[in-house]
Amino acid sequence: MLTCQQITTLITDYLEGRLPVMDRARFQLHVGMCKNCRRYLRQMKVSVAVLGMMPPEPVPDNVMESLLARFGEWNP
Amino acid sequence: MLDDEQALIEKLRRRDKAAFAALVRELHGSLVRVAMTFVRSRATAEEIAQDTWGNVLASLDQFEGRSSLRTWIFRICTNRAKTLAVREARSTPLSELDQDGEAPVDPARFDARGMWAQPPEAWRDDTPEGVLDRAQAMEEIERTLDGMPPMQRAVITLRDMQGLESVDVCNALDISESNQRVLLHRARSRVRRALEQLYAEKDG
Repeated sequence: MLTCQQITTLITDYLEGRLPVMDRARFQLHVGMCKNCRRYLRQMKVSVAVLGMMPPEPVPDNVMESLLARFGEWNP
Repeated sequence: MLDDEQALIEKLRRRDKAAFAALVRELHGSLVRVAMTFVRSRATAEEIAQDTWGNVLASLDQFEGRSSLRTWIFRICTNRAKTLAVREARSTPLSELDQDGEAPVDPARFDARGMWAQPPEAWRDDTPEGVLDRAQAMEEIERTLDGMPPMQRAVITLRDMQGLESVDVCNALDISESNQRVLLHRARSRVRRALEQLYAEKDG
């Protein structure tokens, strides 16, 4: 039986599909029975999804201008 | 290659300024972040990111779509950064990985059997949209990213923010798949902790 602490350590291996079959089964068994770890897993997944929705850092105006100028002169 | 990516490449080759500007807006900040993995100063990293765009334009006609366009652009960036890093005599800071003991959760929150003693609290609105709607959430995430060791920041930027595949991230950063996973896990755990802190400060 995996402990809750082990679950918090193995989550990325689990999400990346890198846990060996038996460990994967143990992981799923634990999470299936443990409300706290289900919540933790959900929070990790939400955190990852939030990162994917973050707006890009703004590009400074002068940088954008000089890159667009370069694009204008581009002569492949 | 994805159809919309092919369409984007066609637009760039036709010198569509708006398409180029949109691509720059999407990637430039991440290019700077990734370059920071290899060089010390933000100014040098910014220079590398700008040079990257020059190289992208110079080689776009030779781009054959063996990787995705974004992966290709990041690889140009890291190659350039590595050259400069050698010149700056800075080695790739994989020593980050030697620092063990970055626990995903404070060990004091578990009992002697490794079960939760202080389990995570529920987040109200625990959807990505709900999190992003919270005041300060974006600022807090930005702060967390800025506070990460450079390799962690580069991995999470490429994987979770830019959506690159793990194999492409490993190639761009010259790290093994298992090292990449360790860095990704630490970085994601930091983000979760930061959000947990945010919820704890503001009534859950």
